[in-house]
Amino acid sequence: MSESEQPVDLKSYIRLCAVIFLVVLCTTSAMIAASFSDHLGSGWTGRVTVILGIAVINAFLVAGYLMHLLSEKKLVYTVLCFTVFFFIGLMGLTLWAMGNFPVGTINH
Amino acid sequence: MQSNVQQFPPNRTEEADAHADHGHDHGHDDHGHHEHHEPGFWSKYIFSTDHKVIGIQYGLVSLSFMLFGLFLMVMMRWQIAHPGVPVPVIGPLLAAVLGQPAAHGIISPELYNSFGAMHGTIMVFLGVVPLAFAAFGNYVVPLMIGAPDMTFPRINMASFHAFYLGGLVMLVSFFIPGGAAQAGWTSYSPLASTIPTDGQAFWLVGMVLLITSSLLGAVNFIATIIQLRTPGMTWMRLPFFVWAQFVTAFLLLLAFPPLEAAGLLQLMDNVAHTSFFLPTGLAVSGPVGQVSGGGSPLLWQHLFWFLGHPEVYVLILPAMGIVAEIIANNTRKPIWGYKSLVYAALVVGFLAFIVWAHHMYLTGMGQGIATFFQATTMIISIPSVVILTCMFLSLWGGSIRINTPMLFALGFLPMFGIGGLTGLPLGLAAADLYLHDTYYVIAHFHYVVAPGTIFALFAGVYFWFPKMTGRRMSEFWGRVHFWCSFVFMNLVFMPMFAQGIKGMLRRMSDGGVNYSAAKVPGVIDTLPGTVMELNTWILWAAVGLGIAQIPFIINLFWSISHGEKVKSDNPWHATTLDWQTPTPPPHGNFAHEPQVVRGPYDYSLPGEVNDYTPQSETGGKSAH
Amino acid sequence: MEIPYTVKNRPDTGIYNAKLGVWLFLASEVMLFGGLFSAYVLLRVGAPEGHWPHGWLDVRFGTVNTILLALSAITTLLAWAACKVREFGKFKFFHGCTILLALMFLGIKSYEYHDKWIHYEIQLKDGTFADGHLEEQDDKQVVLHGRIVKDEKDLYDLRAQKDIQLGEVKIDRASIVKMQNYGPWHNTFTAIYFTLTGLHALHILGGTLVIFYLWGPGSKMYKTDPERFTNRIEVSGLFWHFVDLVWIFLFPVLYLT
Ligand code: HEM
Ligand SMILES: [Cu+2]
Repeated sequence: MSESEQPVDLKSYIRLCAVIFLVVLCTTSAMIAASFSDHLGSGWTGRVTVILGIAVINAFLVAGYLMHLLSEKKLVYTVLCFTVFFFIGLMGLTLWAMGNFPVGTINH
Repeated sequence: MQSNVQQFPPNRTEEADAHADHGHDHGHDDHGHHEHHEPGFWSKYIFSTDHKVIGIQYGLVSLSFMLFGLFLMVMMRWQIAHPGVPVPVIGPLLAAVLGQPAAHGIISPELYNSFGAMHGTIMVFLGVVPLAFAAFGNYVVPLMIGAPDMTFPRINMASFHAFYLGGLVMLVSFFIPGGAAQAGWTSYSPLASTIPTDGQAFWLVGMVLLITSSLLGAVNFIATIIQLRTPGMTWMRLPFFVWAQFVTAFLLLLAFPPLEAAGLLQLMDNVAHTSFFLPTGLAVSGPVGQVSGGGSPLLWQHLFWFLGHPEVYVLILPAMGIVAEIIANNTRKPIWGYKSLVYAALVVGFLAFIVWAHHMYLTGMGQGIATFFQATTMIISIPSVVILTCMFLSLWGGSIRINTPMLFALGFLPMFGIGGLTGLPLGLAAADLYLHDTYYVIAHFHYVVAPGTIFALFAGVYFWFPKMTGRRMSEFWGRVHFWCSFVFMNLVFMPMFAQGIKGMLRRMSDGGVNYSAAKVPGVIDTLPGTVMELNTWILWAAVGLGIAQIPFIINLFWSISHGEKVKSDNPWHATTLDWQTPTPPPHGNFAHEPQVVRGPYDYSLPGEVNDYTPQSETGGKSAH
Repeated sequence: MEIPYTVKNRPDTGIYNAKLGVWLFLASEVMLFGGLFSAYVLLRVGAPEGHWPHGWLDVRFGTVNTILLALSAITTLLAWAACKVREFGKFKFFHGCTILLALMFLGIKSYEYHDKWIHYEIQLKDGTFADGHLEEQDDKQVVLHGRIVKDEKDLYDLRAQKDIQLGEVKIDRASIVKMQNYGPWHNTFTAIYFTLTGLHALHILGGTLVIFYLWGPGSKMYKTDPERFTNRIEVSGLFWHFVDLVWIFLFPVLYLT
């Protein structure tokens, strides 16, 4: 956004920021609520899923609007897509490997 | 004009700057340099931001480290061949410098382990990577793409200094009580956290610095290749060397950070006594250790090999790039299958991230995951074979010009072939269970990196030396260097295949004597005497290999001031832009922004006067 | 020849050098924290039943820090926008706020660290465990503000126990088997907690230093080359937002689950 196409107007930015801040406040409260709520079952699995889901939304807002990713160039996307893919590979395959031992052998 | 350009070496004379014999020229007399002061020694050679100076800094430091790594290895080979016998000649020196671990000039098992771990670390992270990627990449890539410098010159300098510091930390660790790291270059936990030496902490700090250096370098390379290509230098007109460096940079950028993460965790284990990689109930020589436990040793292996495998492509891709340039140049025809080469390199780069656990078949992994990693490993061998095949086919029907760079490039092909093909059995779990951790593995990866990559690097040194200095290295001594290295390399590594298949394990400070039938009579099917004898054989071959480097070292330094002067800026009659600059290139490289109009390998175009048409040469027909 | 595209966008890629540089750097940061988060997941999944701590960290502090960082992310964006419309005074104001918010974040973080540092678990000879904040100690006895539990497991899941009574606990030195504070060595949770938040705090510190430089001495460039200066603010802002992004995951992962 160095030579941004349309001239920037500080006021509209402040408005956008206020909206984002409110949304972030809401999502944060929602996470805390999910963490302490009794409706999501007694175990942690359900709660963790919900909380991380909200965190992802939160992250999307920050990356998309504050970091302008939504209006960023294809080049940047491509790099980030590969990065995220490899990150998923790293975590996913490692987890898979750690869960996949022949029956009867010790874990870890 | 000479006084205000930054050049290497400093004592070069005017005449060497003679005009290109090729038609177009680049305005030698108006290099476009505004008056600025002659920089002092420090800002010119130590804190330089010029990519060429940084490249040469990297080159000299990494060559020195490689020499040191070779020295460590020869010491280890002595110990393997003659366990417990004082090292001749150098023994007293070792005893004087290192004290107890080398008492009486004998290499103790602990010292052997230190040497082994540091040999691997130094060769990989302080020798080959900085030479192949940082040195050649820095010097050549901006020239090849027609850029004035790297995108971030000061970050480039920071990268070199982080590298230098990292190397220093590694060296210092030899002298601390307990000595340098002893857990192998792979530093497997819990071994790495239980050996009583702070060497491991030094190793980790050194690695964090080296990783930082590589990351800064990788960012710089990628940004340079994407942003600074000169007009007309489209992606498919990039020389293959640039593509190779581009993929390498991505491997470093994305594979190194997980190792950095792992390094930080292991540092916490060693310094803050956490238990990231230490399991519950870990017993260290008897009693259960005073650690909280709950960690996972396999986690270290995953994070390590997530870097470790891409790292082998970091070691080999730049080498392939160098060989491709030299082959095209000396066969005087376009490289065969340029597009296949490029796509193969990209596919290799991608797949390199998802094959890592083939180093871990022996950790008791389940069938599902083993199958996955076997499949990806077999698939990744395809693009590697494509690259090698393209290079072999490039030779077909060419009027091959033999010179030292070409000899080394030609030597690379079969050596890399042997290394690559012997890797296939290792990629299949059933065979690997037997071969893992034997000398077969040592032989395999050394064929890839030692006669493979290192030959390519030598080729590169001989090839670009005239551009860097305006003089050639001696052709005669170059050939002596090649043939001796070629013979001794094979004498060193070929027997290791046999030893490994016979079951000789790596990382044994007695070279396997205690398993040998020669020593324990009547034991069946352990290492027979013939396998043991090979150790002596390899020792002398390794010594010979060391001696074979002397002509190279002398040739390198002697030629800087005494080599035969080149008569033009383009002594090899090459097509790529790196040869279209003044010699050596001044600060800023090009007098005018070059305009690229054709592909990288327009050799022997029909109807042209010369058998080469530089990328910036207008007129004539274009093959691309 | 000068290095091109330091300020202007390269036509075919559409961005200037430093911006590409920072995105590449952030890609490597994703992998760095990716590796650490993978370690976190593995340690947590691999922990024996009932041994992964819950409720060890104070959600209030975490929430405040989350809000502080969110605010600082916003002031960063506004500081850039102010540069963009060439309102230097507002830039100074917004980035001044950023720096203050960052310092507050670090202050709270260090208070939390201190809180763990003086929190002790003491294994007693009778098989019970004393646990709490250290009040005072001498060579005869140790005084904690905390409680005594029969089973060490009761110390793990604090969220499952509704009514935890804390009081003064006096312990004879002679009855102590092992006394250890909640430092990184305590267990894998504190280990990963200190490592992750420590590395994150280092990032905050580094980012603050850069922003401080650009706010103070480095802002001279605004007079000579405002466009380039604006780019610098943008690039440092991208880094800052990334650090915020990491916290967005650290908070739920460490405090809420
Ligand atoms: C040029 C002469 C060389 C010789 C004679 C040599 C020999 C050896 C031997 C015998 C070992 C096995 C030690 C053991 O496990 O007991 C070894 C290990 C190793 N070498 Fe080399 N090597 C040479 C060059 C290189 C080069 C150029 C590289 C790097 C690219 C390299 C990388 C390694 C690595 C990574 C290991 C494993 C170290 C470890 O176990 O931690 N070597 N080398
Ligand atoms: Cu591998």
